[in-house]
Amino acid sequence: MDEQVSKIKEQALKEIEEAKDVKSLDETRVKFLGKKGELTALLKMMGGLAPEERPKMGSLVNSAKNEIEENIKNKEDILKKEELNQKLESEKIDVTLPATKQKRGSKHPLNRVIEEIEDLFVSMGYDVVSGPELETDEYCFERLNLPKGHPARDMQDSFYISPEYLLRTQTSAVQARAMMANEEKGPIRIIVPGKTYRREDDATHSHQFNQVEGLVIDQKISFADLKGTLEIFMKHMLGENTRLRFRPSYFPFTEPSYEVDVSCFKCGGKGCNLCKQTGWIELLGSGIVHPNVLKINGYDPEVYSGFAFGTGLDRLAMFKYGITDIRLLYANDVRFLNQFDRKD
Amino acid sequence: MILSTNFLKDYLDIGDIDVHELAEKMTAIGNEYDSCGKFINTGKLIVGEVVSCEMHPDSDHLHVCKVNVGDRILQIVCGAPNVREGLKVIVALDGTMLPGGEIKRSVIRGEESNGMLCSIAELGIDSKFLKEEDKAGIHELPQDAKVGEDAIKYMGWDDGVIDFDLTANRGDLLSILGMAYEVGAIYDKKVKPIDLSHKEEGELKFDVKVKTENCSLFLAKRVNNITIKESTPEIKERLMASGIRPINNVVDISNYVMLETGQPLHFYDADKLNGVLEVRMAENNEKLTTLDGIERTLSNEDIVISDGSKAIGLAGVMGGLDTEITENTKNVIIESAIFNNVKIRRTSNKILRSEASNRFEKGLDPNRTYMAIERACHMLEKYADGTVCKGTAKYDNADKEEKIIFINVTKINDILGTSLNFDEILDVFEKLGFKAETLDGEMINVTVPTRRTDISIEEDLIEEVGRIYGVDNVEGTVMKLPVKKGSYDKTTREIRNKMVSLGLNETLSYALVSEKDSQMFTNKENDYIKILSPLTEERVALRQSLITSLYRIYEYNKSHDIQDISLYEIAKTFYKLGEEDYKEENKLACLMTGNYYLGLHEQKVDFYVIKGVAEEILDYLGYSGRYSFMQEGKIPDEMHPGKSALISVNGTTVGIIGRVSPAICNEEVYVMEINLDKLLEKQVGKMKYKEISKFPTVKKDIAILVDKDISAQELQKAIKNAGGKLLQESKVFDLYTGKGIPEGKKSIAFSIELGDSTKTLTDEIINETMNKITENLNTKFKAELRS
Repeated sequence: MDEQVSKIKEQALKEIEEAKDVKSLDETRVKFLGKKGELTALLKMMGGLAPEERPKMGSLVNSAKNEIEENIKNKEDILKKEELNQKLESEKIDVTLPATKQKRGSKHPLNRVIEEIEDLFVSMGYDVVSGPELETDEYCFERLNLPKGHPARDMQDSFYISPEYLLRTQTSAVQARAMMANEEKGPIRIIVPGKTYRREDDATHSHQFNQVEGLVIDQKISFADLKGTLEIFMKHMLGENTRLRFRPSYFPFTEPSYEVDVSCFKCGGKGCNLCKQTGWIELLGSGIVHPNVLKINGYDPEVYSGFAFGTGLDRLAMFKYGITDIRLLYANDVRFLNQFDRKD
Repeated sequence: MILSTNFLKDYLDIGDIDVHELAEKMTAIGNEYDSCGKFINTGKLIVGEVVSCEMHPDSDHLHVCKVNVGDRILQIVCGAPNVREGLKVIVALDGTMLPGGEIKRSVIRGEESNGMLCSIAELGIDSKFLKEEDKAGIHELPQDAKVGEDAIKYMGWDDGVIDFDLTANRGDLLSILGMAYEVGAIYDKKVKPIDLSHKEEGELKFDVKVKTENCSLFLAKRVNNITIKESTPEIKERLMASGIRPINNVVDISNYVMLETGQPLHFYDADKLNGVLEVRMAENNEKLTTLDGIERTLSNEDIVISDGSKAIGLAGVMGGLDTEITENTKNVIIESAIFNNVKIRRTSNKILRSEASNRFEKGLDPNRTYMAIERACHMLEKYADGTVCKGTAKYDNADKEEKIIFINVTKINDILGTSLNFDEILDVFEKLGFKAETLDGEMINVTVPTRRTDISIEEDLIEEVGRIYGVDNVEGTVMKLPVKKGSYDKTTREIRNKMVSLGLNETLSYALVSEKDSQMFTNKENDYIKILSPLTEERVALRQSLITSLYRIYEYNKSHDIQDISLYEIAKTFYKLGEEDYKEENKLACLMTGNYYLGLHEQKVDFYVIKGVAEEILDYLGYSGRYSFMQEGKIPDEMHPGKSALISVNGTTVGIIGRVSPAICNEEVYVMEINLDKLLEKQVGKMKYKEISKFPTVKKDIAILVDKDISAQELQKAIKNAGGKLLQESKVFDLYTGKGIPEGKKSIAFSIELGDSTKTLTDEIINETMNKITENLNTKFKAELRS
């Protein structure tokens, strides 16, 4: 009997070892452990043994059964793994075939620049505000210290629609609006991005263009503050190595007034075609808010001072993205627009 | 203003400064320049003397000359008709660069030529300055020119010139004297006095009358027995370097003095006047023939000078032809005056902008008006042998007082962000030639010379301190302002992001369109706005719809063979409501045509694709369930009436959507426009979590037969009404017409989801609700249930 058990066990282990797949393994299990299996048959024969031999025999058969079961389980794991591997292998695809396309839109480069500027100034506590594009002569000029007949009005020949209304020539019009809207005549920190219009159209000027205006009014605001702010602004937009040059200039709404040049980002200031060999590119107008402008709009120049600046966004966008012709910004060629479809 | 440094040196001892350095230093204090360089740009040229001149044996016009150039005698072949023995000439030696190229030793028809004898045309002087003889022959140098010396230097043509682009407020810099004060401030040099000396004899016998408030100062002097001739080379060089053509000594003096003082002068032939000059406004349609021979028609906005009976000059702009200085003029009346700058600007814009009008426009210093007329007398005596008559005829209503401005040191430092001390500030005013004094070491009173018409308030003086102290010496600071949160229009940004995520390209188009386009894609309920003086017919009116612009962009791209186009833009549209009553509206528009990627599929754009975009943006903005698409309202003529709808939110029309009419466009182009102002007026509740039901929902499908014209939207509304609270959702999943469906009918199938968040629905309730729904559909639309 002992012999028989070990013989069956060995036979079973051999067959388990040789099983090619889960199915033949299962057949082996049935053959030895099934209801009519060989080991099961041995158990049935136990009834014919002497009672004192039964426990010994029982444990012998059970241990053989356990060993076979364990082996089957192990073998089964191995076979299942193999089968999975085969299945995965057979499902291999060519990952270089084209992807399922998703349509990707794009933001206009000009609005990308506006958003970038907005984010910067909002982070410095500025509010982004807007105003009408159809502006009154009063807000566009008179409230900015540009009375009728002022020679500086020539610098910006305008699209009037009536004696009193025109398409705004500068976002500065919103300066006066912000000051007038501030009923407590308290501090102001704003930027105004937006469309502006002038009566000129050529290779370098578009009759419609975009500006961003900045205005800070508070107590003891100085030229040094203006300088520091524009340094942050320009370095953010054009790179940390950008240098600024302030040149005294003249604008009716600021006194003192400064034009601001930035070091040429193409040549770094050595001189090239872009900067006409000067190393500098004129980019902003700025200054300390003229006391008349404060007065006209209800602020006391003895208490408050402020600075204002403005720059053309079309040029900034062109510089940033290397766009060489301003007309591309307004042609809206889909092949152009499609290029602005990723993060900066 | 072109600055001649030779001219400048008459009034300032600056030695041999580098012209580029000067230009950069002027820029740093606010006087930008366009270009700078030498008046003449050539290699070195030598004064030579023609020692012999013989005809070329092989030519009927060339001469073979022996030319002494100082250290040797060279043979040079010359073709100029005026070449002759004994002439002092300008010689370009072998290897000299001229504007036309390099001069090389050569053999001309067998004769060696070791250089070139130059005409001034060959030196690169602008041809507008040249006379016929300058172009025809070589230049003849005066006999005192020293052989072998630098000819350019001898002529003063090595003059450094800077073309400044000055700011509108600095009229004072339109003069050599003004420039001298400015440059003097940079180099800390004093300006030398101007020589006004002259003798006066004989009676003036002349009168001036001013009959308009537009002339504050009018001076006239008489100079007799002048000789008209050519100006000295020195005067001619300075005029040319300053961009003015030399004419004759008398005319040149008027220009020269204008350049020096900034005060334009006018010279009249005294014998063509009647002993009086009168200033008045022109009469409407009064005629005057100006110096250039053109007859001008004037208006009562133009200031004229009259001889007592008729206009003889357009004040500040151009003189009249009848009284001009000619070669026969013997006696001259000099006019030095100040006219209203705004009037001069208007007249000159209308007629002609000139060196004179440019100066009048910017405003003049009355003390210079007096100085200029005396200086002209000095020059006419010295260079035209004239005799100045005693006295001056004048009308003087000008303010010649110097302004005194009080300013304190603290304010200067507060505005500039500097910590300048009292002495540093006084030093700036000293350099500028302003008198500055203090009593207490804090408050400074500054006396501003009348030449500085641009300075009237404290801040103007602060600017002066800032620029002369040096803008670069001020350190930029970070403002010490209270920390606060900035704000911006997040909604527009969100809409833009959403449209981009839907695969649309953002455009940026012009608000100004043609009259024809201005009201396209609108119901033309408001007048459009026209520009008073447009640039072109294409940009004459303000658009009322953004679709127009997108449609033009579609056409542009189509013409470049681009098929798949999906665009959007956010911008303003404009309306005229009445006289001086206008309205702007913010709108979002989009246009789609060709193929569009929808999830995983590429699909041809149809109404439902663009409707999907519209719903997506409305849902995203929080209007889910509050909008509808209605075909009942008025659709713009440019759109397909059967394939377009109004978009309505809570009963307010906020936009249109649909296909561009086939009458306009064969292609299937779909457009949409939403009035953002009207839409965003509708409040949206806060985004809030809604309890997820623990009880299952039940889906039931029904198919019904209804009249073709009944919209899905109406049917769904009926389903919702009948389903009440239990109705979670109803979706259209099939639409069928054709075989098996009666004419004029359609089969439409809905998937209806019912549920209750408090309990599981029993079959009884489900059946009851579905019956209510079918009954309601039947009552309202005679819908029959299909089995």
